Amino acid sequence: MTAPLNISRRTFIKASALVVGGLVIAFSIPQAKRFLLPGAAKETGNAGEAKLPAPNAFLRIGTDNTITVMLAHSEMGQSIWTTLPMLIAEELDADWSKIRVEHASASPAYLHTAYGIQITGGSSTTWSEFDRYRQAGALTRQLLIGAAAEQLGVPAANLKTENGFVISGDTKISYGDLAEAAAKLETPKAVTLKDPKDWKVIGKATKRLDGPEKINGTAVFGQDVHFDGLMTAMVARSPVFGGSVKSFDASATKQVKGVQQVVQVPTGIAVVADNYWAAKQGREALKVEWDLGPNAGLDSKAMLEDFRSKAANPGLVAAQLGDSKATLSKSDKLIEAEYALPYLAHSPMEPLNCSVRIEKDACEIWTGTQMQTTDLQAAAKILGLKPEQVKIHTLFLGGGFGRRANPAADFVSEAVQVAKAAGVPVKTVWSREDDVQGGYYRPMYLHKAKIGVDTNGFPAAWEQVTVGQSIMLGTPFEAFMIKDGVDATSVEGIADSPYLKQIPHYHVSLHTVKTGIPVLWWRSVGHSHSAFVMESLIDELAHSAKKDPLDYRRALLKDHPRHLSALNLAAEKAEWGKTLPKGVSRGIAVHESFGSFVAQVAEVSVDQGAVKVHRMVCAIDCGLAVNPDSLKAQMESSISFGLGAAMQSEITFKEGKVQQSNFHDYLVMRMSDMPKVEVHIVQSTEKMGGVGEPGLPPVAPAVTNAIFAATGKRIRQLPIGNQLA
Amino acid sequence: MIILNINGKEEKLDVSDDMPILWALRDVMHLTGTKFGCGMAQCGACTVHLDGEPIRSCITPIAAAVGKKITTIEDIQNDKVGQAVQAAWSEVDVVQCGYCQSGQIMAATALLTNNQTPTDADIDAAMSGNICRCGTYPRIRAAIHAAATKLA
Repeated sequence: MTAPLNISRRTFIKASALVVGGLVIAFSIPQAKRFLLPGAAKETGNAGEAKLPAPNAFLRIGTDNTITVMLAHSEMGQSIWTTLPMLIAEELDADWSKIRVEHASASPAYLHTAYGIQITGGSSTTWSEFDRYRQAGALTRQLLIGAAAEQLGVPAANLKTENGFVISGDTKISYGDLAEAAAKLETPKAVTLKDPKDWKVIGKATKRLDGPEKINGTAVFGQDVHFDGLMTAMVARSPVFGGSVKSFDASATKQVKGVQQVVQVPTGIAVVADNYWAAKQGREALKVEWDLGPNAGLDSKAMLEDFRSKAANPGLVAAQLGDSKATLSKSDKLIEAEYALPYLAHSPMEPLNCSVRIEKDACEIWTGTQMQTTDLQAAAKILGLKPEQVKIHTLFLGGGFGRRANPAADFVSEAVQVAKAAGVPVKTVWSREDDVQGGYYRPMYLHKAKIGVDTNGFPAAWEQVTVGQSIMLGTPFEAFMIKDGVDATSVEGIADSPYLKQIPHYHVSLHTVKTGIPVLWWRSVGHSHSAFVMESLIDELAHSAKKDPLDYRRALLKDHPRHLSALNLAAEKAEWGKTLPKGVSRGIAVHESFGSFVAQVAEVSVDQGAVKVHRMVCAIDCGLAVNPDSLKAQMESSISFGLGAAMQSEITFKEGKVQQSNFHDYLVMRMSDMPKVEVHIVQSTEKMGGVGEPGLPPVAPAVTNAIFAATGKRIRQLPIGNQLA
Repeated sequence: MIILNINGKEEKLDVSDDMPILWALRDVMHLTGTKFGCGMAQCGACTVHLDGEPIRSCITPIAAAVGKKITTIEDIQNDKVGQAVQAAWSEVDVVQCGYCQSGQIMAATALLTNNQTPTDADIDAAMSGNICRCGTYPRIRAAIHAAATKLA
């Protein structure tokens, strides 16, 4: 960690700031590591030759001493607005009160160090930027010291830095006063990062820098964008996916006060108005005759039956060892079970929206997006512009959960189409109904498992068939994520399960189904279904063997120390084994995702069929916890998000249409249902993992395993809903 | 022309009187701290005070506000309870994405104005109409208790 890192001259670029005066540090990144598997990046940082110029800065020191950190990723609640500046502040010895933060624009300068596109996802921001942002801070500090050394006529080695100043004996010079001189110096060829034992910022619970503006209402989300001439548009879309407009009558719409235009776009009919209320009323007055297309008969119950019949036979092989078929046929004891999970909407609190202004040879976009690169490319293609002629301004995201990272760039493309057709700047706004019914769901899945048990009660052979849609098929990620017909995200958490590694015979296979329903990654992606199935099956095996579910897991995971450290900490803090109040039972689950290991213990009671979750105890090993408090917040968040889905949420289809429409029937977590949450962090020096998603996968199985302990009923289909009534 | 009292100021609005307060605030007055989340009083993101009582501005027409006082997140720091709530929100570091928090703060301020010592059950009753998809509920609960302690 303390060895000097070589820096390619073209990797870090220093420039004088033209606007503010002072020092600007920019850098570009190597282009060799495109589209690695999420969580699979073996290296980060800048080892390699940069091929791109860096038109934008990562860090700017103003002559007024402000330090502006440019975020290459999008803030959507996960607190990178604070965590990434912490990395710079640490190495820079910055005055924390002088830190300002801005979302970077969409630019090749800000490509993900592992994924090669500008994206916020895969719980990857902190580990993927850990080196790059620290190096930016360290490099800047070195330049400031250099400038001070020249000014004072003393050797750089005699200078130290503290809290925004370079210090020489009794003399202190502020960074702002040194910024312009520092900008004129040669970029150092190497920087030395601090030894972790000297860290003052990293690892310390740090309050959110975006807290004040989100508390007083001044934070600007995409929905809040306003400028003169900006119209609001709502689009009437087909009630069935894949449908199209046959004809429409906008005469009543045009009578609505405030409606300015009605234009047809590829996704439907757009009503362009002075404000949302006029657009909404105008859309309600619109008469559209739809050709409902090939999906008019969609019925999720019938689809599940179809999934079930497919699961009777193995699909394409995702993982295989030994001869599971022969072993199963000889097994004295078999566990057979079928699990199912529904389609889910992300439904972030801020409904989708996107503002677009098109001018000659230029387009500006204002939105909350998790994937600037694909949005920018889509807009450029629609308008026949070069990518550099499109500018994306990223605003705060009112939640993302994966919905705002769409390979199809759906909500951005549609907004560009509307602005193009209307010939005026337009903000498209989705209603909540549009959001719930507008697609890009977590796919529905069905799993069928057959497990042969040995005389000690442990699995000797394991067969599992998964049936569901692929989220990667037909996207730019297909080539990287689908191998031999198997979408890695459909079987993650199964094909690579630590439990299977203990078993000499297994066969994991996948049927990828095409339905016409748009699907997408949803917080924790494939782990959102696989952990429920795997951790339930392990619980079934433990109970069948009449063993304690914790001890049973410990035995199977004996060669997986990070699973064990999370499991043991959660069990210890939950006082596993200690008597609970009458009627309350415990369930446990552990799962690895996005490079982190999370175990949870749920305390649950069931009273006349009503499930109440009282307490969730969570332990995580994510390696270094850069900001322990935001890590805890992400665990609380994942537990809430996961509980809502486990207990109540589902999207269903009948006669081609989504049957839910808003929060009265697409049910999510509310205050009265929220249990006490306790989060414990394993002190770990292991490889860093993510924190935005890994807290979610164990939630559902911890709860349903507790329900089994309480009632003897095994929940094999989500949501739990009223299955116990 | 409709005259509304918004955050203590008389404002003239040239819109139809069935326009919900939410859109009058956001699209006409450009007071964007109050958020749109569902449009049918299901999520609470649009919560403002009408004569001190919490209302869902997405379903309340401006006609219903004539002659009354609308208070929004932009002005709640001028209320003693609102100030304590915002301070507690900061102290507990409640927010995540932040989109629902204006509504949460307005609902919590109304709760603490009417009930200086809310129990967990009181908090459940007053706050369950405000959805937070980020799941900041445990911190909201802690912040309400902290604000109550400060106000006592």
